[in-house]
Amino acid sequence: METKSKVSYYRVNKNRYAKNGMMVLTILACSLIVLIVVGLTIRSAPILFSRPLSELLFSTEWKPFKGQFGFAPFIVGTFAVTGVAVVIAVPLCLLTAIYLSEYASSRVTRFVNPFIDVLSGIPSIIFGVWGILLVVPFISKYIAPLFNVSSNGYTVLAGGLVLSIMIFPIIINVLLEVFKTVPNEMKDASLSLGATKWQTVKKVLLKRALPGVIAAFVLGLSRAFGETMAVLMVTGNVSKLPKSLMDPTYTLPSLIANNYGEMLSIPMYDSALLLASLILLMIILFFNIISRIILVKIERNYQ
Amino acid sequence: MKKLRFIEEKIFRIIMPLATSLILLSLVLIIYTIVTKGMASLSWSMITETPKGGFYMGKEGGVLNAIIGSILLACGAVLIAVIISIPIVLYMNVYQRGNTKMMNLVRLCFDVLWGIPSIVYGAFGFTIMLYFGMKTSLLAGIITVSLFILPVIIRTMDEVFKTVPKELLDASYSLGATKFETAFKVVIRYGFSGLMTAILIAFGRGIGDAASVLFTAGYSDSIPTSLNEPVATLPLAIFFQLGTPIPEVKGRAYASALILTIFIMVISIISRYITKRFNRYK
Repeated sequence: METKSKVSYYRVNKNRYAKNGMMVLTILACSLIVLIVVGLTIRSAPILFSRPLSELLFSTEWKPFKGQFGFAPFIVGTFAVTGVAVVIAVPLCLLTAIYLSEYASSRVTRFVNPFIDVLSGIPSIIFGVWGILLVVPFISKYIAPLFNVSSNGYTVLAGGLVLSIMIFPIIINVLLEVFKTVPNEMKDASLSLGATKWQTVKKVLLKRALPGVIAAFVLGLSRAFGETMAVLMVTGNVSKLPKSLMDPTYTLPSLIANNYGEMLSIPMYDSALLLASLILLMIILFFNIISRIILVKIERNYQ
Repeated sequence: MKKLRFIEEKIFRIIMPLATSLILLSLVLIIYTIVTKGMASLSWSMITETPKGGFYMGKEGGVLNAIIGSILLACGAVLIAVIISIPIVLYMNVYQRGNTKMMNLVRLCFDVLWGIPSIVYGAFGFTIMLYFGMKTSLLAGIITVSLFILPVIIRTMDEVFKTVPKELLDASYSLGATKFETAFKVVIRYGFSGLMTAILIAFGRGIGDAASVLFTAGYSDSIPTSLNEPVATLPLAIFFQLGTPIPEVKGRAYASALILTIFIMVISIISRYITKRFNRYK
């Protein structure tokens, strides 16, 4: 009898310790966000304290050797490339997601889904190689002459095009989840009043799912914002403010990735690059948290 | 007026499948381009030899160092991330099952972590490295990649473990099992397919990512023999080889890209198979 009770205490204690241990682990993992922010802030403090923030953010002079660090060209470049990607992705993803959720037969969806899965698994570098092989020459040969400019193809447009394909899967998947939360009864009611299917989509589905649709695109935007390798390979990397789609540009992630080698040899350079990643992180956190909160709310209302 | 809306319906019925096919076409184009370009330079020595002298000038050798390096790095990172994430996911779905509010917050945290780009993880890994006085090495790379795939594993597993029926838990408790025993003996078996898919997806991420290891893993022409040596990875091998103007080296970059794509495809096929196979029993 005595041994038995000892054994059960052992089991109960094990359960209790395990619970506490697992809780600590979960909290630690969640606080990784804070850790990353703090770590990057500490490393970029030297440059933050030595120059006014407005100069760092709005100056276009990037001359590390002279100690001039203006991030404006890179911030603008990142927004430009991301903007192009989202503009291309919005109509295509919206139409595809509506098609898959409302119109397509289950045979079609079963055929399409694996493609989207595979697309989401393809590494950034492969998109980059593809961009160099196909998109860049295509732009320099066919698109640039259309606008009467000569370009080697390494442009904002090339970066935007490649990026848009990279964000298709995440946007489509989130859109499909969002569309699922619109009750069928609502659509049926609209159809039974004589509305066509597309009218129902427009007036019921999209109207009701609008916050979720916006969240999906913001999420895609934040994914595009931090994409590194593919963009690095096709945008030409010139630190000037881009004036048109046919200009080369330089994004924040490319800046970080391209200069890691020499950053320890020039004073303040490593601090500047880590500040670049901090700026990048902050912008992404902002977009990401907003869209996630919208999605959580939608999910909660649905349940 | 009446006609207009039917015309509109017809138009959209045509352009929606077109948009979908355009997206499918982009994937087909990518794979087609990589396969045709890569096949031209793919040879047996590419996958069985390490770079010899003058490799980057177009002389003999292969990218075995990068293939092995990538596999080692991804395996190490997945191992660490799985060990950390299993208790977390079980905690979320067994111990805190009823606590939806708190768990929504935790899930939000992991979703946001998932959204942080790998280059930022790379920069963060670099600051940790400097803090501990480490050098670019396999170990530093593994740590960085494991941080980067941790949210991926947690959230992928979580999606499956969330569906564990309450009845199953209750049945286990009613037999006198503690939550700990229920979690590690019952729930983990139920969610085994989720665990496997999570591992495969994370492995794919780890093997294909370049930005996170750029700062931390270094680069080396030989296969590493210890955790403290720098290591080459396939994505970086592709990147560096593309950077040269020599056509033979560029060709090898395309071949390396093909090798990486094949890896990713195989992983994707296996994970589809696993999901299908395990869903059969549900």
